[in-house]
Amino acid sequence: MRPEGRLDTDSLYFEYPHFDAPDRARRETETAAAVAIVGAGPVGMTAALALAREGVRSVLFDAKDTFNDGSRAICIARPSYYILEQLGAVAPFLEKALGWTTGRSFYRGRKILEFQMPDSPDEKYRPMYNLQQQYIEQFLWQAVEASGLIETRWQSEIIGVEDSGGEVLLTVRDPTGDYSFGASWVLACDGARSPIRTLRGHRLKGENFEGRYVIADIRMQHDYPTIRRALFDPACRPGGTVLIHKQPDDIWRIDYQLEQHEGTEDAIREETVRRSVALVLKDLDFDGEWELEWWSVYSANTLAMDDYRDGRIFFAGDSAHIVPIFGVRGLNNGLADAANIGWKLGWVLNGGAGEALLDSYTPERRGATLDVFANASKSARFMTPNSHGWKLMRDAALSLALTKPFAGELANPRQMTAFTYSESPAVLPDDPAFSGGPGVGAFMPEIKLNSGYLSDRLGKGFTVLCFGASMVEQISALGLGETGLVVVVLPQPSAVSDRLAAGPGSAYLIRPDMHIAGRWFDATAARVIEGYHRVVFKKRASQ
Amino acid sequence: MNKQDLETVYAALAAKIDAVGDAQSELFLAKLALLLAHRIGNAEDVETCIDEAAASLIA
Repeated sequence: MRPEGRLDTDSLYFEYPHFDAPDRARRETETAAAVAIVGAGPVGMTAALALAREGVRSVLFDAKDTFNDGSRAICIARPSYYILEQLGAVAPFLEKALGWTTGRSFYRGRKILEFQMPDSPDEKYRPMYNLQQQYIEQFLWQAVEASGLIETRWQSEIIGVEDSGGEVLLTVRDPTGDYSFGASWVLACDGARSPIRTLRGHRLKGENFEGRYVIADIRMQHDYPTIRRALFDPACRPGGTVLIHKQPDDIWRIDYQLEQHEGTEDAIREETVRRSVALVLKDLDFDGEWELEWWSVYSANTLAMDDYRDGRIFFAGDSAHIVPIFGVRGLNNGLADAANIGWKLGWVLNGGAGEALLDSYTPERRGATLDVFANASKSARFMTPNSHGWKLMRDAALSLALTKPFAGELANPRQMTAFTYSESPAVLPDDPAFSGGPGVGAFMPEIKLNSGYLSDRLGKGFTVLCFGASMVEQISALGLGETGLVVVVLPQPSAVSDRLAAGPGSAYLIRPDMHIAGRWFDATAARVIEGYHRVVFKKRASQ
Repeated sequence: MNKQDLETVYAALAAKIDAVGDAQSELFLAKLALLLAHRIGNAEDVETCIDEAAASLIA
């Protein structure tokens, strides 16, 4: 919502574009595509870019005529930066977003905890970046426009979906009329109230937590570094919790929990929001000018679909799962969903992988959501305890933290890390001969090399990291040049081999999404190649 | 005690306070304090903890 007299897209600092509906004569010439993507938000655009990276064309539909209103999701975590890098879109994000590593928690105005998120000179990207969602959409849109493989149809709503032989027929409505569009595969990236999910008769299942929160963005000249602040039991909201984030363009996010007696309708009235924000600013000792930009209300729910796939339709992002805001996983897991289905579908359509690879999408990405639920429930119970016992323990921890740092650690939120796909059909069993290092399914750790980073050495498809030069010859001898498998030889012993617990002759097989597909302590080219064929569900062409 | 153990204890306490109910939670916590004191086995240490627990209430 925005202050009275301003339109939904009337921002203090951002100019929303206007997108025309497709030209009728032109859209009538193309009525089918291999992949249709519904929803041109961050998730849909990421999916389209991930497919384009594999050379696959897609048509992107969106009912709106511009980006999402308001700044919404503002925290982009490190794993998402690797996705953006792979899509060739990371540069504007690096330039505009505010990276951060530090969080501070206060209890009744006194600092009880300062935490650092994991970061080191080995890391290419910071653990977290703050950036308003409309910039996220704008930067992705720039990449979509630059790609020759993505056609976007704005003002195009999906009003019908049916299976028809080997394809899905969408009924599309735009200002010039209704028409049918056939797609071999559909990616439903159409948000929390997903029309595709509703049309298919699916529901999100799980828990609705009671907590309600207001998020308000304001513009002010406030001299404070990019450090996330959490205020517990502050003077401005006794018994409540307030979160404060800095964003680019002098925009600040104020996030506060509503008390039971505060009605939602009143809480989101402009004067109530202004009064609540003014009280928070007083607690921050800020007495300068400020302007209200945008606000919204949300509740902490943990809801997900049982299966992210329905035949030829895949659900990604909020259409498949709603997560509480504390873990900053809504957007980040949505991007990971899109990147995951993007590369897999791309590989299947290109013939690089068997269709069975697609069966790994739900276990991997729904697994990530369930992991978020477990952590987010923990955070929610600390941030907004909903029973006498949890509130008493929370208050005891905060009170004790004033003098005992160990108790402050209880206020230290779990960090956003990429989920480990250890239960996936698209990874191999781990090799018990390793003692340490990242396990199978984990996101490849980043390591600084003499020049650049380990991730810079990865190929576009699968990569074999091997410790010992003989593997390159062995692999070429097997004649696998056409698989696009990239072999990277690394020194042993070295910082890299230490980090990966690799011996001389060890190898790691890395998937296109940087997750570890398999590892062998005593590798042979034949075993690595066999493992590769297993995870792409494809036998060698010559066999 | 590491953070994970601390979180486990924290969650177990919260759940037990809820289970015994508002009316009994004070008695439950006092009993627990006596039990833990008995385990520590040293009055001086326990008295230090008593003062530390009270200290930040006044702050």
